[in-house]
Amino acid sequence: MLEVSGLKKTFTSGIISRTRIKALDGVSLYIKKGETLGVVGESGSGKSTLGQCILRLIEPAEGKIIFNGTDLTALDNKALNSIRPGMQMIFQDPDSSLDPRMTIGQSIAEPLKLKGNGGEMVKNRINELIRKVGLGPEHVSRFPHQLSGGQNQRVVIARVLALEPVFIVADEPTASLDVSVQAQILNLLKDLKEEYALTMLFISHDLELMKHMCDRVAVMYRGKIVETGKIDDIFQSPLHPYTELLLVGDTDVEVDNSGCGKAVETACSYYQECPSRSKICLTEKPELKELTNNHLVACHHALKKRVPESYRDECEDKTDAVIIQPPV
Amino acid sequence: MYVDFPTDDGLVRAVNGVDLSIAEDEVLGLIGESGCGKSVLGLSIIRLLQEDVIFKGDILYRGENLYLIEKEDMRKLRGKEIGMIPQNPGSSLNPVLTVGSQIAEPLMLHKHVKGSLAVKMAEKLLERVRIGDPQKRVKDYPHQYSGGMKERAVIAMGIASEPRFIIADEPTKGLDVTVKRNIVKLLKEISEKKTMLIITHDLGVAEKVCDRIAVMYAGELVEVSPAALMFEKQLHPYTGGFFNSLPSRGLKPIKGSSPSLIDPPQGCRFHPRCNYCSDRCRTEHPPMIEKNGRLVRCFLYA
Repeated sequence: MLEVSGLKKTFTSGIISRTRIKALDGVSLYIKKGETLGVVGESGSGKSTLGQCILRLIEPAEGKIIFNGTDLTALDNKALNSIRPGMQMIFQDPDSSLDPRMTIGQSIAEPLKLKGNGGEMVKNRINELIRKVGLGPEHVSRFPHQLSGGQNQRVVIARVLALEPVFIVADEPTASLDVSVQAQILNLLKDLKEEYALTMLFISHDLELMKHMCDRVAVMYRGKIVETGKIDDIFQSPLHPYTELLLVGDTDVEVDNSGCGKAVETACSYYQECPSRSKICLTEKPELKELTNNHLVACHHALKKRVPESYRDECEDKTDAVIIQPPV
Repeated sequence: MYVDFPTDDGLVRAVNGVDLSIAEDEVLGLIGESGCGKSVLGLSIIRLLQEDVIFKGDILYRGENLYLIEKEDMRKLRGKEIGMIPQNPGSSLNPVLTVGSQIAEPLMLHKHVKGSLAVKMAEKLLERVRIGDPQKRVKDYPHQYSGGMKERAVIAMGIASEPRFIIADEPTKGLDVTVKRNIVKLLKEISEKKTMLIITHDLGVAEKVCDRIAVMYAGELVEVSPAALMFEKQLHPYTGGFFNSLPSRGLKPIKGSSPSLIDPPQGCRFHPRCNYCSDRCRTEHPPMIEKNGRLVRCFLYA
C-alpha cells in the first residue's frame, strides 16, 4: 500500500552559523494493506518528521513515496489534494488540533462539507461518527475547552474518520493523556482499525505500546532506521544495541545523553553510545540488511552473530575504539 | 486536609479530607490521574497555593504547624528545609538566567554563600546530578539544555541547600524512555538519604523509588500501602483498574471518566465506574478501612 524509499530531509537553523540537522537520512520502509507499522525512537530521532513527510505536510528533500501505486513526491498540489482525504493524520496534542472557536460538531462538519456533503446528510454523519468514537450527541454543541484531553482526542479521531481514509498516521496519539485514558483511546483506535480495515503508521517512543498496536516495528535513531521487523521478533531477539537499550526494563543502565543533538560524523551514528563499538563502526557505514525473515538491522555487531568467523574477528577488535568528543 | 477552589461554576473540591503522614527517611509516592488533586496536595504542603483558596486542616512538619507560622518564616523553610522539584522543568527555569545562577540562588539565600563560591557549588551540584562538563554547562542557559538535562537541573536546584524533605512533582513527565530511566536512577540515589514525597502518574517510577504508595482519586485517598504489597495485589478497584490500564499489564482501561470535582458522585466517588458496585456504594461514603497494615477506602473490605 505504501512504499517509502530513500527519504531525506535536512533542517537548517541559525543565521550566522548555520547548523544542519539531518532529520531523515535515507529512510526506506513499506506498509502492507491493513497493517500497522510502528515507528519508535526518542525525541529528535526524526519519527514525527517521517510521518509528516509521508503525507507531504513537510516536503521531503529526496526520496520517493509510493502510495497505492502513485508517487506522491511527483504530484502537484491539486493532484495531492485529491488523494489526501484517503490519508489522514492524528496529532500528538488533541487540544491544539481543534479550533478553540468551533464547536465539536462544526469541527467534524468541516471535512464533510469540503467533501461536498450538505444539510441533513452532514448532521446524520456527525451523529454517527460521534457515537463511533464513544461520545454522545450532547457533545456536538460543546467547545474543545469543555471536554477533557481524552474526549478531544476522540473528536480528532472522529474528524479523521469523516473522510473515510484508508491510511492513518498516528503521531503519539496518547502522549499527553493519562494512562487509563490512553488505554481507552488505543483500544478505540484498534477497534476502528479492524472495523474500517485501516492501514496505520503508529509513531511512539514507547515500545511497550507497540506490542499492543503494531504488526511490525521500525526503530529510528538520528534520522535512520536501525532495525525493523515483526513485533515479536523485535521483542524476543532485538539485534541492534539501541533496540536492546529501549527494551531493558531495569534502571541500572546508565545512558549518556549529554552528547545529544551534537551529532559527530561517524560511520555508524550510534557509535558514541554503543557498548559494543569497534573500529569497523568508524570506517564503514552499517547498511540495513536482512538477517532473518523480514528482520532487518543496521549494525556490524548484530551481523557478526550470524556471519563467518573472519568477519567476526574484525568486529571483535575493540582495542582501537575511541571516544569522540562532540565539537565545542 | 481540605482544599477548595472557588470558580464561576462553583467550589472545586480538589482535596477532600486527606490524612497522610510521611516518616523520616521514607519515600512516599502519591499516584493518581490528572486532576485528582495530587499536585494541589503537594503545593499546599509548602503553602504555595493561590491566595483565594479555601484551605482547612493541619500540616505538621516536625511538630510545627505550617499553617500557623508567619509567612516570612515559611519562606525561610521553603527550599532550605523543604525542597521542591517542580513539574515541567521547561517552564520552571528562568530562560534569561544561566542555569548556574539559578541553582546558586537558593544557596545564596539560605546558606548565605557568596556569589562566586555559590556558582562553584552549583557546578558541584550539576556534577552530582551527572551533567557532563559542568564547568561549561553551569554558564549555559536553559534553552541549551535538553529535556532530560533540564529535569536534572531542577533536581539540582531542589537539593541545593540540602533540605531534609523533598517534594517532587511529576519528575519524569514528558521525558523519553531512556532519559526517564536515568532520572529515576538519580531520584533513587537522592531518596536514599532523604525524606521524599514523589507525585507521579507513572507507576514505573513509583515502583522503583517509593517505599509506600498512596493512591488518590477525585480528591480523596483510596488506598495507602507499602509499594511492594501494592504491586503484588491492588486492593481498591480503582487501583486495580489503574494498574491494568498500563500497556505492560494488558492495556485494559477503566470504563467511564474521572468525575467533576465540583459535583462528585454521592456515596463512593468511584462507584459509577466500579465493577463491584453495590447499593451501599451509591449512597454511603466508605471510610478508610485498615486491612493487614494497608489502608483502603472500599466496602469490599468492611
